[in-house]
Amino acid sequence: MNSKYLPLIATSVIFVVAYALCTMQYPNMLSTRVVGNLLTDNAFLGIAAVGMTFVILSGGIDLSMGSVIAFTGVFLAVILQSTPIHPLFAFVLALAITTAFGALMGAIIHYLEMPPFIVTLAGMFLARGMAFVLSIDSIPVNHDFYGVLNGLYYRLPGGGRLTFIGGLMLLVFLAGIVIAHRTRFGTNVYALGGGTQTARLMGVPVARTTIQIYALSGFLAGLSGIVFSLYTSAGYALAAVGVELDAIAAVVIGGTLLTGGAGFVGGTLIGILIQGLIQTYITFDGTLSSWWTKILIGLLLFAFILMQKGILLLSGDKRKFT
Amino acid sequence: MADHSADILVASEICKSFPGAKALDNVSFSLRAGEVHALLGENGAGKSTLIKCMTGAYARDSGALMLSGSTIDPRDTLAAQQLGIGTVYQEVNLLPNLSVAENLYLGRQPRRFGLTDNRRMNRQARELLNGYGIDIDVTAQLDRYSVAIQQVIAIARAVDLSGKVLILDEPTASLDSHEVAMLFNVVRSLKKRGLGIVFITHFLEQVYEISDRITVLRNGRLVGTHDTAELPRKQLISLMLGRELAQTEHLARMTSANAGEIRFRFSNFGKRGKIKPFDIDVKAGEVIGVAGLLGSGRTETAEVLFGVDHADSGRAEIDGKPVRIGSPRAAIEHGFGFCPEDRKSDGIIGDLSIRENIALALQARRGWSRPLSRAAQNELADRYIKALDIRTTDREKAIRLLSGGNQQKVILARWLATNPQFLILDEPTRGIDVGAHAEIIRLIEDLCDQGMSLLVISSELEELVAYSSRIIVLRDREHVAELQGERISAGAIVEAIAASRLPEDA
Amino acid sequence: MNQDLKALLVRLSPQLIALASILLLIFMMFPSFFNIGIQNGRLYGSLIDVLNRGAPVALIAIGMTLVIATKGIDLSVGAVIAITGAVAASSAVAGNSLAYTIVLALGTGLLCGLWNGALVALLGIQPIIATLVLMVAGRGIAQLITEGAILTFNDEGLIFFGSGSLAFLPMPVVIWVVFGLLVALVVRRTALGMLVEAIGINRRASMLSGVRTSVLLMAVYALSGLSAAIAGVIVAADIRGADANNAGLWLELDAILAVVVGGNSLLGGRFSILGSLIGAMIIQAVNTGILLSGFPPEFNLIIKAAIIVVILMIQSPRAATLLEFFRKAPESVKERT
Repeated sequence: MNSKYLPLIATSVIFVVAYALCTMQYPNMLSTRVVGNLLTDNAFLGIAAVGMTFVILSGGIDLSMGSVIAFTGVFLAVILQSTPIHPLFAFVLALAITTAFGALMGAIIHYLEMPPFIVTLAGMFLARGMAFVLSIDSIPVNHDFYGVLNGLYYRLPGGGRLTFIGGLMLLVFLAGIVIAHRTRFGTNVYALGGGTQTARLMGVPVARTTIQIYALSGFLAGLSGIVFSLYTSAGYALAAVGVELDAIAAVVIGGTLLTGGAGFVGGTLIGILIQGLIQTYITFDGTLSSWWTKILIGLLLFAFILMQKGILLLSGDKRKFT
Repeated sequence: MADHSADILVASEICKSFPGAKALDNVSFSLRAGEVHALLGENGAGKSTLIKCMTGAYARDSGALMLSGSTIDPRDTLAAQQLGIGTVYQEVNLLPNLSVAENLYLGRQPRRFGLTDNRRMNRQARELLNGYGIDIDVTAQLDRYSVAIQQVIAIARAVDLSGKVLILDEPTASLDSHEVAMLFNVVRSLKKRGLGIVFITHFLEQVYEISDRITVLRNGRLVGTHDTAELPRKQLISLMLGRELAQTEHLARMTSANAGEIRFRFSNFGKRGKIKPFDIDVKAGEVIGVAGLLGSGRTETAEVLFGVDHADSGRAEIDGKPVRIGSPRAAIEHGFGFCPEDRKSDGIIGDLSIRENIALALQARRGWSRPLSRAAQNELADRYIKALDIRTTDREKAIRLLSGGNQQKVILARWLATNPQFLILDEPTRGIDVGAHAEIIRLIEDLCDQGMSLLVISSELEELVAYSSRIIVLRDREHVAELQGERISAGAIVEAIAASRLPEDA
Repeated sequence: MNQDLKALLVRLSPQLIALASILLLIFMMFPSFFNIGIQNGRLYGSLIDVLNRGAPVALIAIGMTLVIATKGIDLSVGAVIAITGAVAASSAVAGNSLAYTIVLALGTGLLCGLWNGALVALLGIQPIIATLVLMVAGRGIAQLITEGAILTFNDEGLIFFGSGSLAFLPMPVVIWVVFGLLVALVVRRTALGMLVEAIGINRRASMLSGVRTSVLLMAVYALSGLSAAIAGVIVAADIRGADANNAGLWLELDAILAVVVGGNSLLGGRFSILGSLIGAMIIQAVNTGILLSGFPPEFNLIIKAAIIVVILMIQSPRAATLLEFFRKAPESVKERT
């Protein structure tokens, strides 16, 4: 057995077993309606988590995601309220801004040789600050086009709805998987996570790749912000606080090594689904309180960090015998 | 030499200095197409500096490089690779988390419709490796394979990318004999294809098995280039280790040495995978020398004695009472001290001052709650700066700003401040200038006269012969001989190192 | 000794100059800034407010300084503030004695710190990852204790820590100043400071010199937990209740910022607790200045981002060489012409 699949398998098993246990208690949870809602409710988180997966795979971290999501939401709300611009054009504008923002952070990380943690921390403050500068209040979005997009859905057998944003998240995951495994850029991301120095010696364009990674992360944070804007039909500078933490948790629970170099975009989807499942279960139960979500996610995080540590130790030993 | 037209890579009169040390002094080196050329020398002899100058990793200060008859000046290793010089290091420079095929084709994966064509890449990788006689699952992650296989993969990548010169920097250091044989088959087939191969190793058997010529470096200087067939093993070792070996005689230090009682006794001491169990008795006021080539288990012996690597067999006694040495801390409690070989990573605390570096071990032994007063620290620092003649403007200077020799003296002072009973010195004179060198040797002799017991590891044989009352010789992670009294001479050490392996190993 | 004082002043001069110029800037815009009056046996005024509001960040910056000195980081302090605040509040609500409540809250913080320390020192997990666990789970645990509500209390003794005063100074100011001086004195008067620096600079060489690296690492994270616990009690006492959702939210980032502004390297080694405390005050002075000038308080975030960027520029080794390059460039041009 290849140990690199072990965390992914563990995540999948946890998800299947947990889902089975849930449906044993609440048979209704098996319906496509629940699945559809789960995808819709976590769409923005899922899209952000794909970006976070790439960043973490490369050995970095992006703390600015939640703020960028909030900024995008406020930006869209303000621009749609005060100008006659079509939302589609506003979307393109927002994505251009967030992508450039990510690229700038990547450039600073690479060229100033500063830790991603501190650079994206500055990005986090800056993006949320800019959101506040645009507007302090929550601004509703009442554009017809939002209604059209939100009205789009595919009816699943059993009455569930795969909404536009839920479907978009799945598409983003699909694209993420293709980028990670079928492009040179994807391999370079893994290469950076395996060791920047070695990667450079092997000819990986480290500067370009680092900038691309954070640009991608910025782009997906922007896309996530658009989805969040569609989902809440509003823009609020205080929204999406701590989304980066949920995204990091989803990535790690999805089996990606926090130190970089190993993991799968697909695993992150399962990480998102596990988080969503815990929330859904708590809603179904009715007596359990929402804080159990955080505690359980914290415990899962701990378990996966321990497991990864164990696998590292084991694989270190195993090499001698193969 | 004989046929210059066949020289594929020529480095002439290369010089390279680092702050405080001349790493290469007018070294010339030539490599012929279709030969395996061994590059030998102890640590710090300049082997890796020479390699790095030839591959562009370092910018040389002066000297010229010619590849296939034209002058080259590679900016970095990537440029050298494109010119045709590929390098494979002991720590495999591949990415352990990528698949074998990805490692082979990183940055040049075949593409179809803009996406990488993994199927084609895997097929090409399999074919490429088949040419090297290995048939493995190329889609598996690299770190699932043994270091030997990884080395072959690294060689395959380097040859595929470069194709003229292959530099192997200690590729066999962590391989077993079976794996070495496999690797050598690969090397031989590449030799037949006309590649020039530079081979760095510290295993002399391997040098004689695979190489056509040998170049020896010592202290940054070229000692000489010889045809392997015409260079007997004993002569090679003396070229590597010292100058006029036979002449230096043991300077009758046994008078004081034999007087002491046995204070430290280690019996059947060892750790699996590091050093085979050994016995050492250390008397008060004697210096035990430890000799052996690089990788023979010298540092491992020191680390097991000092508790860095917890011994998994045997027992230790001090003055007849059994003691447990499970950690450096425990060793220090029992009056041990240890100056490690790698000063930078294991010895100095770079940003701390000379004063703090000297006080560190004593302070650690006292515990955090019983601080040495500033006055006591100053006194300690000043005393040792004076006693050991540490050259510095003042005691508050950060230790990283000192030269190697002065750093070494500070580390020595750190241990002397704890008033140790048993001091282990691993290569105390490596990489320091001649003046400091002599002072450290004098210091070793003084300490010994004061009744301290010392264990000194060194690759400078004359030095060992001069101050040791007994010399333990290591080979292949095993203590193979102990020389005493009149039997101590550089020649005898070389003899013991060079003695062919035991019958069952051969 | 006099020489040491001089060295300290030199070391802290950029921070002191920065703080002085910010205060001066505020003073130029609001001449009333330095006005200090006494009401109800307590000093009042904007300056006192800076000291008072900055208490939580200053407190956790004390522990964070030591953690960062060991080449680590503690992301969990915000969550620990929420947990210990919740513990203190629920203990007060349950009618326990003040001493019991304080010991319980501080003990909880210590425990949280030891947990982080164990993950880092014993299991060898990277600090940023190890403390992330408690950062994520911590607020959940705090909510578990308060059962999701904002738990209010009216234990006068506990409230005193938030809004009482001692010797004309607000209690939080007294606490952070005393605790800061105490820790600074302890680490400098004992050998702790030097040993912690040694670990941060070269852990292996320290271990080989006999330093108990694991024990010290545990102790440093425990101290960080304790600092956060004191901050947690103050925050809870200040609002007379425990708000598991918002107490200490993002304070870990402010504390890290304070440590960095205080001139400590994120890469470990030499540290100055006084520097971090001044750093915390710089951040708070900026906060207060923005508030006074009528900008929305959220404007702060942009200022903080700017501060980080400036520090990045100063600390980055690459930036230094670039700067040198630009400085030298004109000269070399001259030489050529």
